[in-house]
Amino acid sequence: MSNIQENLRYSKDHEWVSVEGDVATVGITDYAQEALGDVVYVELPKSGDTFAAHEAVGSVESVKAVSEIFTPIGGEVVEVNDAINDAPESVNNDCYGAGWMIKVKMNNPGETDAMLSGVEYEEYLSANA
Amino acid sequence: MRYIPNSPEEIAEMLEIVGLKSAEELFRSIPKDVQLRRALNVTEPLSEPEVISVMEGLAAKNTAAQKTSFLGAGVYSHYSPTVVDYLIQRSEFFTSYTPYQPEVTQGTLQYIFEFQTLVSQLTGMEVANASMYDGSTSMAEAFLMAARVTRRSKVLVAETVHPEYIAVAKTYVTHSDIPMETLSFDAETGRVLDLDKLDDQTAAIVVQSPNFFGCVEDLEAVAEKAHAVGALLIVVVTEAISFGLLKTPGECGADIVVGEGQSWGVPMSFGGPHVGIFATKDKYVRNMPGRLAGIAYDKNGNRGFVLTLATREQHIRREKATSNICTNQGLIALAATIYLETMGKKGLQEVAEQNIQKAIYAKKEIAKLEGFSIPFSTPTFNEFVVKCPKNAEETLAKLLKENGIIGGLALSKYYQSRENEILVCVTETNTKAQIDSLVEGLKSL
Repeated sequence: MSNIQENLRYSKDHEWVSVEGDVATVGITDYAQEALGDVVYVELPKSGDTFAAHEAVGSVESVKAVSEIFTPIGGEVVEVNDAINDAPESVNNDCYGAGWMIKVKMNNPGETDAMLSGVEYEEYLSANA
Repeated sequence: MRYIPNSPEEIAEMLEIVGLKSAEELFRSIPKDVQLRRALNVTEPLSEPEVISVMEGLAAKNTAAQKTSFLGAGVYSHYSPTVVDYLIQRSEFFTSYTPYQPEVTQGTLQYIFEFQTLVSQLTGMEVANASMYDGSTSMAEAFLMAARVTRRSKVLVAETVHPEYIAVAKTYVTHSDIPMETLSFDAETGRVLDLDKLDDQTAAIVVQSPNFFGCVEDLEAVAEKAHAVGALLIVVVTEAISFGLLKTPGECGADIVVGEGQSWGVPMSFGGPHVGIFATKDKYVRNMPGRLAGIAYDKNGNRGFVLTLATREQHIRREKATSNICTNQGLIALAATIYLETMGKKGLQEVAEQNIQKAIYAKKEIAKLEGFSIPFSTPTFNEFVVKCPKNAEETLAKLLKENGIIGGLALSKYYQSRENEILVCVTETNTKAQIDSLVEGLKSL
């Protein structure tokens, strides 16, 4: 069973978002890291890059596949987790903590309302996974 | 595919099993009016000595291969030690395809690893791939890679990059949304100009050295200007023997080095197959196209070779792959590897020395001739431009007809206004007597 935290919002692309003011922190879910397997590299955007919601902002490379990271919300990247360059395994070990990926200053904070709650994401997983 | 002969008895047996009377009945679903109802227009069977005689007759028609030649321009005549051809014909190498099951083809992965190591060392770069198809496709791939790395699109290409390489790149970028602009050259030095076109939209500047006119570019100066605006410097090398003597592109600040490896023991073969080289900095490795072999150790500590970083490649990453190249020019890369390992560091330096010394001798002797001059002042490696008193194409035709010498390339083929100029190439395979006969031939025209 995947670890799903109730205080976060989720996307159907298996990203999570945690919001503080108008800044959203984005990472991939426990389900996603489990499906990918051992992560060996994470390609992230640069601070200052801007993206629309659902655009690909980077990619996660595991020993068996590469997957795009989609930002569930649009805005400007204000911080990037450079620490995962040296420790990509933190995406596996602590996907909701040290394995976070980017912080985005949201253009439209309302976008997170359209995302799934923990319960909804759990239902989505059991229906689709 | 093997030819499998069948005896009349075997054919009869097979027909009986499938319930047919004749082999022709196998084709009954093909309408009669489109069937070929006559024998093929091929000669009667020949005995082995007759076949050899026919082949020798065909080979004898290739008179160009016997003539004294000073033609370079991207494909070069160099001596390849016999061991190169002998070793690549071992069936383990000669018949194998790209390692789709890499772990069981340790020998293939080992020579690929050695090839990569040699390319890295000679270009002065941190990482090199298992090879590309040829120099031109290597360069075009570098454009796409520079755009990925910088997230910019414009590419500036010196006009003195091999014109056929530029033509190939145009084909690539036409469908890649990468605007390509050319940079002119200094009429006196032959070196690249217009560096002020570099701006914060530029993904890469592309310079060949020695360039198409043979002139050695000031790569450090170009690198500094490129890096000042965050663009990459792509260095193209068509004459790979020059690595034996010139400062490496890596030391000069290149970000990507691409080129043609034909000079490393690979026959000219009427223009191919050849082998593309591709090297870059470690920090860009995930954006590099092509295969990559690496060393690994198993749980018992035994050394082995693996394909690594394969997640960049299209069989895993599909349309997001760094390239559509999913194989490499294996046999030719092997020939290059054996050549370089046979020559060794000293051998390669010596070949490069011979090339430059002979070319300098030819250049000086031709410059002494009445009416002939050397239009570009920049130092050259084994190729240089000669300005003739008359039309270059006519001069070359006369030289061939009257002296049996292929004197070089008429530059007007690619640079229309330069109709009196010839690109002359002198390698270690040209003797002093040949150079003297070229000079005499030009003098008497």
